[in-house]
Amino acid sequence: MSADTERGNVREWMSDVDLRWVKRKNRLFHIALVGASLFGVVMLALLIADVILDTLIGVVVFEIDIGTFLTRAGSSDWANAGFLGAMIGSAWLLVFTLFFSFFLGVGTAVYLEEYAPDTRTTRLIEANLTNLAGVPSVVYGLLALGVFVNAMRLGPILIAGALALALLVTPIVIVASQEALRAVPDGMRNGSLATGATQWQTVRGVVLPSAMPGIVTGTILALARAIGETAPLLMVGTVWGMRHYPGPFDRFGAMPTQIYEWAFLPEIELQYLAAMGIAVLMTILLAMYGVAFFVRNRYERSY
Amino acid sequence: MSTETGPDSEIIGDGADADRRRNRRVRRLLFGCTSITVLTTVAIFAVLFDNAFHFFYDVRFHEWLVGLVTEFRLVPEQRVAITEFLLDTEWRPSHADDPRFGILPLAAGTLLITVGAAFVSIPIGTATALYLSEYARPGTRKYLKPTLEVLAGVPTIVYGFFALTFITPNIIGPLAAALGQDVGRFSALSGAIVVGIMTIPMVASISEDAMSAVPDELRNGAYALGASKYTVSTSVVLPASISGIMASYILAVSRAIGETMAVALAAGVTPRLTANPFAEIQTMTAFMVDSTRSTMLVGSVEYQSLFAVGLALFVMTLAANLVNDYVKRSYREEYR
Repeated sequence: MSADTERGNVREWMSDVDLRWVKRKNRLFHIALVGASLFGVVMLALLIADVILDTLIGVVVFEIDIGTFLTRAGSSDWANAGFLGAMIGSAWLLVFTLFFSFFLGVGTAVYLEEYAPDTRTTRLIEANLTNLAGVPSVVYGLLALGVFVNAMRLGPILIAGALALALLVTPIVIVASQEALRAVPDGMRNGSLATGATQWQTVRGVVLPSAMPGIVTGTILALARAIGETAPLLMVGTVWGMRHYPGPFDRFGAMPTQIYEWAFLPEIELQYLAAMGIAVLMTILLAMYGVAFFVRNRYERSY
Repeated sequence: MSTETGPDSEIIGDGADADRRRNRRVRRLLFGCTSITVLTTVAIFAVLFDNAFHFFYDVRFHEWLVGLVTEFRLVPEQRVAITEFLLDTEWRPSHADDPRFGILPLAAGTLLITVGAAFVSIPIGTATALYLSEYARPGTRKYLKPTLEVLAGVPTIVYGFFALTFITPNIIGPLAAALGQDVGRFSALSGAIVVGIMTIPMVASISEDAMSAVPDELRNGAYALGASKYTVSTSVVLPASISGIMASYILAVSRAIGETMAVALAAGVTPRLTANPFAEIQTMTAFMVDSTRSTMLVGSVEYQSLFAVGLALFVMTLAANLVNDYVKRSYREEYR
């Protein structure tokens, strides 16, 4: 066979694979992927723009006074309605959610990582945790309604709402704490145990201090989830049209439930109040993320 | 730590004993914490079942058990037939004259939202994951990933507000007008889109984890044969990470089923058995939060219906989570 025909064959074979078409397909696919990835970014930008725009309309067009908004409880009159009652409700909820979920979550994580034997029971407990994290938040509200509000006769008070939120975010605290504990190298544990320390002394004196930044970061993120949760609080039974500053044992409302009320009702002015409420909520969330980020960068050591 | 090292060995011995006792006490205490998580699951199921029983019969389940033992009261009186609950096509629990308790309209609403949301989150989430794992430069990744995390961290009530004040008037309205459909303040499509948007980060991040776990040897083998990036992405990476991708889809569906506030604000408060995406509907979750606006007597059928719907919701998400667990477990060891 001559070299010419051979080259011809190769060229024919090459032409089966149309390189230009391959390249064009590759580029089109790339563009499609970029477009899809940008979709999420664009939606986030639109969402933020929508909230800011509605806040501005509320302030400029409807002349809702920001000072009044931030320093008064709710009112039946939109022009005098404030957000402070809801903010105080959320603050109390945050305090009690932290109190209920932190020790429970960290205790569980320490048991699972430091003490638990690798048995079928332990694996079952871990599987149960992933399942709990997937239970819809409204179901936690039903649990609180059935157990705390009605069976234990607490009534629809703030503490019952905080218990619902605490049960909801405890799995998040546990998983974050487990990750932080796992990041502590075994050499540190063994060093402590070799000096004759008991397991608890090792955990308290060596493991927990090293894992604490990770645990704190995870807890703040869990609280950030809790502060935006609406459905469990509604199920416990929040006040519609709240006009007081709630304490721990009062009937209550919080920032997200107040926003829901304003957004749900058809009066157009209330929509702008809702936007202002969201602006406050998102600012607080942003601050919490900032603190979590700071703790992680400032105190977390990698081994 | 608290054990002082002194010359007196007896003191050390006593201290060590006390330390060991404390260690055991702490261990028991921590085990107590852990058992609360198990107790939570048991309590969720028990409370839902106990109260849902009271929806179908005139007593709660545990009251019926007590009655069975003490008074031999065998058959409880029926309030709502289970067949009515599962097959009736009307849901109006607080209707004064003719209350009807068919969960189908609520379940259909949930299905409509879930399927619609999947049409948004699955293609876009998968594409985002492929872009992050195969195409994006490290600099782009550094910005795109935190943005997705922020998207995942926005409270659901804010998404509801976004749907109500942006998506419905600016996207659904013109679309409905173009198609000659009527659309009001609420529509199923608006709810589906917004739930889809909020589940994108979930699909993207879990799928990307799965794609990043595909070893580079597989990619390099394909590149060595002259494959383009497109071929590698679609014919090597996607099939190799399909189990993780599927797991992310199942989680997104489970999340969409349980999503409450965005749907309550976007899709409406009218239970309706329809497939029209422009219609106002009500999902199971939206019914639950909407019913809290009216006062209900504990033990009334309306109050107990919350728990019957909640039980149905819990069973659906539990099934999704178990399937997800199974998918993850049966394919986990693939590349290790």
